Amino acid sequence: MKYLLMIYQNPVAWQGMPESEKKAAMSEAGAIVDELIASGEWVGGEALADPSTAASVRVRGGVPTVTDGPYAEAKEQVVGYCIVDCESRDRAVKIATRWPDARLWGMEVRPILSPDGVEM
Amino acid sequence: MTVDPGIERLLRDLAPQVLGAVVRRYGHFDAAEDAVQEALLAAATQWPAQGVPDHPKGWLITVASRRLTDQLRSDEARRRREAAVTLAEPAGPASHAFVTQDDERASGRDDTLTLLFLCCHPDLTPPSQLALTLRAVAGLSTAEIAGAFLVPEPTMAQRISRAKQRIAATGARFTMPPAGEWAGRLQVVLHVLYLMFNEGYAATSGEQTSRPELTAEAIRLTRAVRRLLPGDGEVAGLLALMLLTEARRPARCTPDGALVPLAEQDRTRWNRGQITEGLALVTGALTTAPLGAYQLQAAIAAVHAEAATAAGTDWQQILGLYNLLERVTPSPVVTLNRAVAVAMVDGPQAALGLLASLESDERMAGHHRLAAVRAHCYELAGDRAASAAGYRDAARAATSLPERRYLEAHAAELAGTAARDGGAGAGTRGAGAGAGTGEAGAGAGTRDAGATGSA
Repeated sequence: MKYLLMIYQNPVAWQGMPESEKKAAMSEAGAIVDELIASGEWVGGEALADPSTAASVRVRGGVPTVTDGPYAEAKEQVVGYCIVDCESRDRAVKIATRWPDARLWGMEVRPILSPDGVEM
Repeated sequence: MTVDPGIERLLRDLAPQVLGAVVRRYGHFDAAEDAVQEALLAAATQWPAQGVPDHPKGWLITVASRRLTDQLRSDEARRRREAAVTLAEPAGPASHAFVTQDDERASGRDDTLTLLFLCCHPDLTPPSQLALTLRAVAGLSTAEIAGAFLVPEPTMAQRISRAKQRIAATGARFTMPPAGEWAGRLQVVLHVLYLMFNEGYAATSGEQTSRPELTAEAIRLTRAVRRLLPGDGEVAGLLALMLLTEARRPARCTPDGALVPLAEQDRTRWNRGQITEGLALVTGALTTAPLGAYQLQAAIAAVHAEAATAAGTDWQQILGLYNLLERVTPSPVVTLNRAVAVAMVDGPQAALGLLASLESDERMAGHHRLAAVRAHCYELAGDRAASAAGYRDAARAATSLPERRYLEAHAAELAGTAARDGGAGAGTRGAGAGAGTGEAGAGAGTRDAGATGSA
């Protein structure tokens, strides 16, 4: 079963962190990714550019409005994601708890809808 | 890759025998498995143009052996690494000689079973057992297996490679398990085949038509096990369960992929040949072998298969079988399915009482099937508003897109009639509609039991 792990961060606080701490957090996350690749659970994932580079798009009455910045105004924003294919929700949550961002800000674990199903 | 279906079937049938012969001779399960894959690929590309050789199995063993010995020779570093993960001592010096007919017979059909025991090693997780079995025993390529599970090829390659390393680390050898472990190990093998079938059965509702048919692979491998263990009631029961479930496939989806509940399926479209075979298998097993969970699930599927209409279903008999099944293998999923039968025999209130006992079970609480069965009971009781709300809860908790669509549509339908009736619903829909009614439901329950949403 696949899960999306959304990595939340406060970009302002991140920028204010000492380089050594940032480096430590990044290598910590990198080590988890390596482990997930080795275990065959890693499906994919990327880090995202700063939320200020985002474009939010809405179409109303056929007229598109494009505004700079993320969709939701919040201090914490999605700064990266990964998709894992693992045995259970518990396992996905366990992976998320190890992420350095979970200690500093937060992670969101969302099951990805499967195209498969069984009649009832 | 598209290969002639006849050649593809031949290759898949031969795959475990070839691997068995190569591992028996050279050891190095991990590298031998890779070499056999290369030989299968070579055959798939060469045979359609050049014709199938007179001794296809010998050809494959020879090519795989050559690949394996070349590999082991040419890369000393790799050879040392492979030696560390050897499953069995090499049986002799590398030989490029064409294998004889005797060799072919000696490598025997039993290798399929030995390989199944190895790939379904209890130290592996079920997804690893499944992936490795599909590659080493069913002869599927990593790309095909990745396609079946909708993951990227490198992810699946890594999973298979990890599984092989793990088997090596356990020190398992290419031999049958000792007598004392036999029964337990066979249980694991049958469970992996059961999971393979359920994966494939669930996948057939999806939109990707290019995915390999895991139901066909599961049935094929279970048939192979049955040929080797014809007296085992659970092997027969599992094969019967698969056939009786697969028989419904033509009726279980609308042309646009929407799921059709068991009670509303056009039973004239069920596959009679598979039903006849399944019924004979389960009847034979139940009368000759000790009772087991697969036989009981097959027997429940058989009762459904024998009913010409949903209304004609012998729920009393199904309830009796679920009572037995719960005694043989108690689990919340079995209790949930039993509740559906209780609702039909003793009425929805009795079933709701039984469901209440599952709410406190953390394996089931918040599971969409529990919410769906509860909604079904309200529906039977004529409480359409509560039923619609229940189906909406179930839809929110579902992690399968077609199941969510079905639950949402059903909730909307009930909410519509509830509004028209002013909330006082009279009468019910078809018996059993909308509830987990059988063994396939039980399978799906274990398949995503870990995925609980917020109901």
